[in-house]
Amino acid sequence: MKILVPVKRVVDYNVKIRVKSDGSGVDTANVKMSMNPFDEIAVEEAVRLKEKGKATEIVAVSAGVAACQETIRTALAMGADRGILIETDAELQPLAVAKLLKALVAKETPDLVIMGKQAIDDDMNATGQMLAALLGWAQGTFASKVEPGDGRITVTREIDGGLETVDLKLPAIVTTDLRLNEPRYASLPNIMKARKKTIETVKPADLGVDVTPRLRVLKVEEPPKRKAGVKVGSVAELVQKLRTEAKVI
Amino acid sequence: MAILVLADHDGRHVKQPTRSAVAAAERIGGEVHVLVVGEGVAEAAESAAKLPGVAKVLVADAPAYAHPLAEPLAALLATLAPGYSHLLAPSTTMGKNVMPRLGALLDVQPISDIAGVVDADTFVRPIYAGNALATVKSSDATKVITVRAASFDPLPEEGGSAAIEPVAAAEDPGLSRFVGQELSKSERPELTAARIVISGGRGMGSGENFKLIDAVADKLGAAVGASRAAVDAGFVPNDYQVGQTGKIVAPELYVAVGISGAIQHLAGMKDSKVIVAINKDEEAPIFQVADYGLVADLFQALPELAAALDSK
Ligand SMILES: Cc1cc2nc3c(=O)[nH]c(=O)nc-3n(C[C@H](O)[C@H](O)[C@H](O)COP(=O)(O)OP(=O)(O)OC[C@H]3O[C@@H](n4cnc5c(N)ncnc54)[C@H](O)[C@@H]3O)c2cc1C
Ligand SMILES: Cc1cc2nc3c(=O)[nH]c(=O)nc-3n(C[C@H](O)[C@H](O)[C@H](O)COP(=O)(O)OP(=O)(O)OC[C@H]3O[C@@H](n4cnc5c(N)ncnc54)[C@H](O)[C@@H]3O)c2cc1C
Repeated sequence: MKILVPVKRVVDYNVKIRVKSDGSGVDTANVKMSMNPFDEIAVEEAVRLKEKGKATEIVAVSAGVAACQETIRTALAMGADRGILIETDAELQPLAVAKLLKALVAKETPDLVIMGKQAIDDDMNATGQMLAALLGWAQGTFASKVEPGDGRITVTREIDGGLETVDLKLPAIVTTDLRLNEPRYASLPNIMKARKKTIETVKPADLGVDVTPRLRVLKVEEPPKRKAGVKVGSVAELVQKLRTEAKVI
Repeated sequence: MAILVLADHDGRHVKQPTRSAVAAAERIGGEVHVLVVGEGVAEAAESAAKLPGVAKVLVADAPAYAHPLAEPLAALLATLAPGYSHLLAPSTTMGKNVMPRLGALLDVQPISDIAGVVDADTFVRPIYAGNALATVKSSDATKVITVRAASFDPLPEEGGSAAIEPVAAAEDPGLSRFVGQELSKSERPELTAARIVISGGRGMGSGENFKLIDAVADKLGAAVGASRAAVDAGFVPNDYQVGQTGKIVAPELYVAVGISGAIQHLAGMKDSKVIVAINKDEEAPIFQVADYGLVADLFQALPELAAALDSK
């Protein structure tokens, strides 16, 4: 089974982002970038399937600026076999990313695509579902367990009320949730080895995809700030304040 | 043109996030229809028909819809889409699963998790864990939207009397099959609908210790939530997680116990009206957003709190 894993380069989850003062966006110059954490989980799952003898090849794909190569390298160091960079400086929205990935799927013919449920920058939670629709494939979103079988895959999903298990026809799309696995750190020897693995570069035009954004960002603002309140000295004082001052209990 | 809202329901009632999505639809303006999909959902359809301001309830009642699988649901919505300018669903796991799939079927870029309506094409949505708010304008002819329930006051349950109209099932793409589910059983209110939420973090130390939280929740009629660390450690099930990548809540009172206040957690609760933090570390970032902070050991504070709530 061949697995495709899309990986997105995002602002590291530890970075406290700053909104640009002209309201045009978020300042991403000189901030630490990393692989989207959900995509690390996706790579990890693919690598585990390969270690269990269920997967044969893992291809990591990233769409974006040239620096996305680093994100692909991280995936290669974790155990992916080769990489593809869809290089563009254009702003990519999920529909465009899904179309690019669809075109790559046509070339690579994977049996399974494992990707993050959401990117922690734009928080759209959309690309996997959209790719599944464009391909006419089944989707197992928010996965906390995956078990590939013969021509099918069983996916346990984290839903609002608990867990749901679905059985999907392969090929299919799986999107990862936090409890699927704990991603490994790449070891130094594997980081060295990853340098020798190949990364192919393609352009959206090579794939025949129009990536024009459908959403125009009019402005980006800081949310209203909460001010810190007061410290109370005891439980009794807390209860009294909640009753008489805040009047919420 | 009219607006269609896909209802999230339990077979008998539409859930509260659906009422928030209908409120968002009314903000956009236009005739609002609600779609109830399932098997044996007449009662849920009736509850949708009572929502004030709803003009029509469409019901797709068929065995293929016994469980809300994304593939048949998106296919059904795609057949109905030509009659609508906007298709909305609440940002529940059901809505998040189905709507982007619908968007792609229609060649539309969905707008996820809107927290505000500027006009019929322009919406506000939080990005970067709610640390920035983006105002985005869609150029698509049809808008496919999920609605952050915590940002729109839900409509009252009663007041309307919409007509109920059956719609035909769409062809089932036959890609997926429901196998089973394991739902957390609880007598407590749902996290996203509760007036009061009390959440525990890694500081709780074990699942057993969540009994201390339960005791307070019982007194307050509160829902119980948790940080990711508490869920990852197996103290409580996944559906307790509050945060950027869990549930977004905005209750009147949120009590965070043994939670440090990471941005990913704050993203899920910082719009609460009143925030209380109980933490033994006075430097914990949670105190920066708390209206009332109590620096204390939770193992002492929680039993004291339960006792204090007894006495008037
Ligand atoms: C204010 C603002 C400014 C922006 N500015 C820019 C900009 O300057 N440059 C720019 O490039 N984009 C920009 N964007 C676009 C944005 O960062 C996202 O790339 C885009 O909207 C996709 O949404 P998402 O990543 O949240 O998708 P989600 O649907 O949440 O992503 C889910 C999964 O899809 C996969 N995936 C998503 N994107 C990629 C990708 N590119 N490559 C590989 N896999 C992927 C990953 O597996 C990911 O886990 C901007 C957006 C906003 C709101
Ligand atoms: C991709 C991604 C997504 C994430 N999504 C979420 C999310 O949706 N929700 C979420 O919550 N987190 C999320 N996180 C995790 C987040 O970054 C934090 O790691 C997490 O919120 C920490 O949980 P915590 O506050 O319970 O634990 P800690 O940070 O370990 O804090 C424990 C706190 O308990 C206090 N404490 C300990 N013992 C006691 C005691 N006896 N009495 C009183 N106080 C005590 C300590 O002082 C400390 O402040 C995400 C992270 C990533 C990378």
